[in-house]
Amino acid sequence: MEMRRMDGAARGAGAAESARVAENSTRGAAGAEIAGAEENLARSVEAGNAGVKRLAVGLAVIGGGPAGLAAALEAAKQGVRDILILERDNVLGGILNQCIHNGFGLHTFQEELTGPEYAARFVEQVEELGILYRLETMVTDIRATEYGKEITAVSRKDGLTVICAQAVILAMGCRERPRGALNIPGFRPAGIYSAGTAQRLVNMEGQMPGREVVILGSGDIGLIMARRMTLEGAKVKAVAEVMPYSGGLKRNIVQCLEDYGIPLKLSTTVVRIHGKERVEGVTLAKVDERRNTIPGTEEFFACDTLLLSVGLIPENELTEGLGAEMSGCTHGPVVNESMETSVEGVFACGNVLHVHDLVDYVSQEAAMAGRAAAVYLGEKAGCAEHGMPVSGGHASRESVAGAENAKTAAAGQGELAAPGHGMPVSGGHMDCEPITGAENAKTAATGQDELAAPGHEPVVPAVLVIPGAHVRYTVPSFIRPSYADTETLIRFRVDDVLQDRCVCVSLDGEQILRRKKRILAPGEMEQVTIKKTDLISRPGLTEITISIEA
Amino acid sequence: MEKRELTCIGCPLGCHLTVTLENRQVTSVEGYTCKRGKDYGAKECTHPERTVTSSVPVTGGTLPMVSVKTAKDIPKEKIRDCMEAIHSLHIQAPVRIGTVLLENIAGTGADLVATRNVPEKPAPTSLP
Repeated sequence: MEMRRMDGAARGAGAAESARVAENSTRGAAGAEIAGAEENLARSVEAGNAGVKRLAVGLAVIGGGPAGLAAALEAAKQGVRDILILERDNVLGGILNQCIHNGFGLHTFQEELTGPEYAARFVEQVEELGILYRLETMVTDIRATEYGKEITAVSRKDGLTVICAQAVILAMGCRERPRGALNIPGFRPAGIYSAGTAQRLVNMEGQMPGREVVILGSGDIGLIMARRMTLEGAKVKAVAEVMPYSGGLKRNIVQCLEDYGIPLKLSTTVVRIHGKERVEGVTLAKVDERRNTIPGTEEFFACDTLLLSVGLIPENELTEGLGAEMSGCTHGPVVNESMETSVEGVFACGNVLHVHDLVDYVSQEAAMAGRAAAVYLGEKAGCAEHGMPVSGGHASRESVAGAENAKTAAAGQGELAAPGHGMPVSGGHMDCEPITGAENAKTAATGQDELAAPGHEPVVPAVLVIPGAHVRYTVPSFIRPSYADTETLIRFRVDDVLQDRCVCVSLDGEQILRRKKRILAPGEMEQVTIKKTDLISRPGLTEITISIEA
Repeated sequence: MEKRELTCIGCPLGCHLTVTLENRQVTSVEGYTCKRGKDYGAKECTHPERTVTSSVPVTGGTLPMVSVKTAKDIPKEKIRDCMEAIHSLHIQAPVRIGTVLLENIAGTGADLVATRNVPEKPAPTSLP
């Protein structure tokens, strides 16, 4: 397989380096398309200090997993030429490489694929379109400067590289909650693995972590590993779940536990790990509704392995370092309808934004981010062409970022966006004119929407998306109607297992949607769509509430 | 008349199906939202099937294992036999997605195919 890496680019200096990038790139049919990208990279110069290399790109994608691949692909399809994907592993595809089970791609490709097959479909397209990527490259820092986003990346091959990108898509994914987060009493014997680690060992390394297994947590990875370990000859004695319901998909409970007669013990947790050198067993006990263990319910299970599937944490150190506003609920950044964070030109998608259960949804969301990044870069290029100060035109984006900020911004806009103020935008370079009328951050959102609204549409201020009854969070957190697609997808999770309820959508208290659902569960992400026409036909609209009602 | 409650595994929606059986014959399936669900409900109550996925060791490849799957669903009761056949396999790199590694696995009529590419490991280049 011909790898279109930037391997050769490592040690040359300045233009010579970039020339070698070009040489080393085998072009497909669409290869000529990216000549621009290579020219752009040719702008790279060797920094004066300590051999730090510098590169300039239009769009940097942090992470080459399902989200990063789909985002980069969509941006390329929208005409962005100079894209660079940065991936820390030695292959593209991310976590899909170890998810060898089937069930991927039903929505995207209308067929049932395994993880590696799903990833391969995207990698092939990335290769075909000639999108550049760097493997074994770890991004350690991103900061916003007046020239763009400065990304510091390290790799064994290239050493330290500073990449200046006009737009960034964050697609770093998530990591597993470790034992340390649980406070289970006992020594620290060998034989305790996170389910994902065990998955990698079994599926990719061909190593079995143990023979007699107890799994704590009924998230999807835990369920999948219960089946996988069983098929490989291990005895999975039980899956314990502290909540009164499983956090995994129903289909996984059927296919992975029921098919193999593995007991799922709800409202149960591990209260002690036995063994000093190697796990010798665990004690499980029932918990009450406040998750306190119930004395007298303890039960000992002999085992040599404990797998933990106790939650995933979006990997947001870079996002936080960048200063983007974070959500306390998803532990991902707060984003608008374009998947843009509170830092202008920085977008997020996939598990770094909120943990998904379906990769198809990740791909969809990532494509949205890729499209938005393309629009952003287009606007920015338009500004440069017309000699407009880019920073002025986009500075106002910052103000529409956070939920709280957006709230005041939206409220402030009410008056400003009244029909008289809703001047139609003439399009073209007008989009980027610096805001002069906006008095402060509170009103900036309106100003921005007016000035940056594409086409000749009436201006509508940013609208907050509020999680109502039984809704834990929504992504996005607010919608700028002028930027919204014909339909905006709002994804959310519920806080409990709920039967025979209705998903309701209200616009400033007026219910516009009421959809019956037989069952809703925290483990399964839900979604509703909001029509753009519903938003722009209501001047002064401030809130969209998503709630679950009887 | 017997009624069975099932969760559809056709896709992650996990529709609740109610299958009605009379003399072991399916007379109705309710609760599905697509044809897949209707078919699954009927099949699950008469002859349940599953896709089996696993990994097989590879020699001379850039990776130590290649992931595999049965190209179509196989009868549920054949899963064990199928895994035994998989455990006896050892593949030589290179392997490409879709390559048939074992035909008619465990007499199920399904082929075992690779689900990822494992290129040959390049020969180590001698130092100048």
